[in-house]
Amino acid sequence: MKGTQLGEFEEIILLTIALLYDDAYSVAVVEELGQRLERPMSLGAVHRTMQRLEEKGLVHSRFGESTAERGGRRKRLFTVTAAGEEVLQESRRIRNNLWADIPKAAFGGSVA
Amino acid sequence: MNRKSIFPQHKPPRWAQRLLERITAPHLREEIQGDMDELFDKRGQRSGYAKARLLYVVDLLLLLHPRLWRREPARMGKLRHSKFNDIPKSFLHPDMIRNYLKIAVRNLVKNKSYSAINIGGLAVGMAVAMLIGIWINDEVSANEHHKNYETIYEVKMHQTFDGHRGTQDALPFPIGEELKANYPDFKAVVMYDRGDGHRSLIVGAQKFLKYGLYIGEDAIDMFSLTILNGDKNPLKEPYSIVLTDETAHALFGNQDPIGKTLKLDNTTDLKVTAVVARQPTNATLQFDYLLPWQLQEKIYDWVVKYHKTNWGNNSWGAFVQLKEGIDPAQTNAKIKDMVLTHLSNDPNIRKSIKPEVFLHPMAKWRLYSEFTEGENTGGFIKYVRLFGIFGAFILVIACINFMNLSTARSEKRAKEVGVRKAVGSGRKQLIGQFLSESTLIAALALLLALGLVMPSLPYFNTLTEKTMTIEFGNPVFWSVVVIFTLFTGLLAGSYPALYLSSFNPVTILKGGVHVGKSASLPRKILVVVQFTFSVVLMIGTIIIYQQIQYGKNRPAGFTNKGLISINSSSHLVTHFEALRAELLATGAVSSICQSNSPPTQIWSSNSGWEWKGSTPEDKSAVFTTITTNYDYIKTIGIRLKEGRDFSRDFTTDSLGVLVNESAVKRMGLKHPVGEKLRWAGKDRTVVGVVPDLVMDSPYQAIRPLTIVFENWTAFLNVRINPAVAPSVAIQKIRPIFDKFNPGFPFDYKFADTEYNKKFYYEELIGNLSAIVSVLAIFISCLGLFGLASFMAEQRTKEIGIRKVLGASVANVWALLSKDFVQLVIISCLVASPVAWYAMNKWLESYTYKISIGAGVFLVVLIAALLITLLTISYQAFKAALLNPVKSLKSE
Repeated sequence: MKGTQLGEFEEIILLTIALLYDDAYSVAVVEELGQRLERPMSLGAVHRTMQRLEEKGLVHSRFGESTAERGGRRKRLFTVTAAGEEVLQESRRIRNNLWADIPKAAFGGSVA
Repeated sequence: MNRKSIFPQHKPPRWAQRLLERITAPHLREEIQGDMDELFDKRGQRSGYAKARLLYVVDLLLLLHPRLWRREPARMGKLRHSKFNDIPKSFLHPDMIRNYLKIAVRNLVKNKSYSAINIGGLAVGMAVAMLIGIWINDEVSANEHHKNYETIYEVKMHQTFDGHRGTQDALPFPIGEELKANYPDFKAVVMYDRGDGHRSLIVGAQKFLKYGLYIGEDAIDMFSLTILNGDKNPLKEPYSIVLTDETAHALFGNQDPIGKTLKLDNTTDLKVTAVVARQPTNATLQFDYLLPWQLQEKIYDWVVKYHKTNWGNNSWGAFVQLKEGIDPAQTNAKIKDMVLTHLSNDPNIRKSIKPEVFLHPMAKWRLYSEFTEGENTGGFIKYVRLFGIFGAFILVIACINFMNLSTARSEKRAKEVGVRKAVGSGRKQLIGQFLSESTLIAALALLLALGLVMPSLPYFNTLTEKTMTIEFGNPVFWSVVVIFTLFTGLLAGSYPALYLSSFNPVTILKGGVHVGKSASLPRKILVVVQFTFSVVLMIGTIIIYQQIQYGKNRPAGFTNKGLISINSSSHLVTHFEALRAELLATGAVSSICQSNSPPTQIWSSNSGWEWKGSTPEDKSAVFTTITTNYDYIKTIGIRLKEGRDFSRDFTTDSLGVLVNESAVKRMGLKHPVGEKLRWAGKDRTVVGVVPDLVMDSPYQAIRPLTIVFENWTAFLNVRINPAVAPSVAIQKIRPIFDKFNPGFPFDYKFADTEYNKKFYYEELIGNLSAIVSVLAIFISCLGLFGLASFMAEQRTKEIGIRKVLGASVANVWALLSKDFVQLVIISCLVASPVAWYAMNKWLESYTYKISIGAGVFLVVLIAALLITLLTISYQAFKAALLNPVKSLKSE
């Protein structure tokens, strides 16, 4: 299926959208990721990635409520679609498999 | 929540907000502006508004990306995954156009031979039309490079002789001064000499024969000649010369020619004052060098003596430039009688010759240079028009081909249309598909045509003696080409697009529709039109060639083989007897004579002849004149009708005259030999009668000619001993001429080569129309071939059944050929009267011409039939030889 090729940043954004669940919009994603990754996030990068994810059909968007700090403008709220979840699961499975298959000796035996 | 952000003091930079507003796509604007404001607010509270402002700008910069301003299509992807993605798209949607092209390419690749015929035919047609277009453009734009194109005129004059109003550019010498002095309409007046123009330029030991003219000093500005080097007014001093860059290079190599001295005609030293750019080949004013007008008076005393104030001798030319905004018609009215006024004492001039001076605009110099009875009747423009028509013919033929093949093929695709409609294709989409397919073919043909034109242009230039290029930088060229391609593509695609798309899919898919019947009539008409054009071209070409051959076969009255003519000089004339003796002594020369014009031309014509029984009106009768002395008849190789040549044995022969048969007729002399004639103040006796010599145009009536014993020598004619090969003879006589004519290179012309040049235009036209008609036939046959294969394919089943029922191969062949043969016969019937009418019109301009016989039409009919049968027989036999079991088994 087209769109299953996820970039790293795309995957992170997608995960963040899932994490924020009901309040996933661009500013929230920027804030959340800014804290978690401990580096400033660019709104532009997040925005474009979310657009791309939507084009790939991995997220679905709708307009949310408007707030005063937005000058009365509505926000676009994102939710992960079934396809998006599937892609995330797939990517997680691949990673888990990879981790599982790494020989103990590779990281000095300290891997749990 | 803190609402500080709504207060004006905490706002993001206004310019950044505006920029964001301006560049963000409308469908993203609300969301992004909201995001930016919210972030600004949050950051401002957290770490101060100064930092927030900075970060606002940084974020704005990082937002800059096509996705920010890209319009709706950016959201297309959403449709693709929505459940509404089967909504039909506009037929002009980019996706649809991509799809049309893909289908078109697949169709082209699938039917390779058909595509090749179709594209190839159209490309050849386009290429020919393009070459003709380039040629016409070159002709029509001639002289336009002169900055004063709009205001330059040549002064010409009408005069009536012997009841005919003739037009000439030869004017009396003093007209220039008078135009300058008395008429304020002119910005500049330039006189020039109308002589042969070939002069010898000597630099050191090297001699060059170059072409140039004496011309007034204002010519440089008037004709906006580009001075590459030297004086800005280079013709001011009499002993100057202006060279073209080409001539300067030939004479002086890479040295700077300015200020260098060269010798003109071995007598006069001239200083090079300027180098000008060579004129383009389609310019009327051509020269290798220019000489100052005043120089002639310094070199030739006869200019001052006979011409300076003489209004009766017309030997000079004049160009004028009108001031801005002056109506030439008004100027014409003013200058009309200026020659007449000066000669009004002569009743003959006042009453019958009536000279009328007028201006001929530069725009008409090249293509409208002919006058009949005082009216401008055109000129070379008739060939431009003829080839315009040829080009249009070829294009129409190629387009018809293209349309016929496209429509014939498209009928096979009725089923495809049915399926497409059943699946949900709209009519507009089908129209789009067929149109883009035919436009693609036309575009491919255009590319191929350009590919054909570029390598063939040098050959075309050689054939037409031009230096034409494709003006790739010219937007007019491109717009014409693109519009034409679109037009052809859309026209050819219109039938399948509009007609096939209208079918009901149910009927098509049931197999109930037979599109062939209703569509075959227009196709037949188109084939007839196409073949009519081709046949007209074929007949035209044959008649042109017949006319050329007829002219070539016309008895010239003299022997032009083994005859050479050499430009004379004063040195040669003075030592003529010694030169003659030495030449005869070589054994390579059998005879030599002097004359005023080369044997293939007559340069002089005169009125004022009187003879027994002539009336005063007869004095205006014009006789062409050759002046010579002894041995003319022998050297030129003329068989006399009556009498004898001028002879050294009769001292009275210095007052002798020879006349041609037309002159005898004009004078009404019963026994011409011994008759007394009077001309130029001398009584002359007719000593012999020559046949009507063809020395002017081989296609015109022979004018009455007098061969007069006078020493106006400009040429020496040499008859080579028939026993000696011409190349050997030239080797033998060259040193003798070099010895007697030290200032001039030995330059000779063979009379037979010169004679053949008289057919230049006719041969050019003949060759070009031959090429055009061969291509026309070729394209038509390509189309026929394609149609025949299509027909044969359509009737495979019918032929199979016929064969099963006992039809022979010949029967089937006749069946398939019959239709086409009928069409070709109809074409010939339509084309013959059209061609007959057109060619009769063409022949009207010739006096010595063929009469068009029925033979041409028969020959062309037979040829057309043969070509047609050959073309379609391949397909017909292929169909006839097919095993009926195979053709009936399918499905």
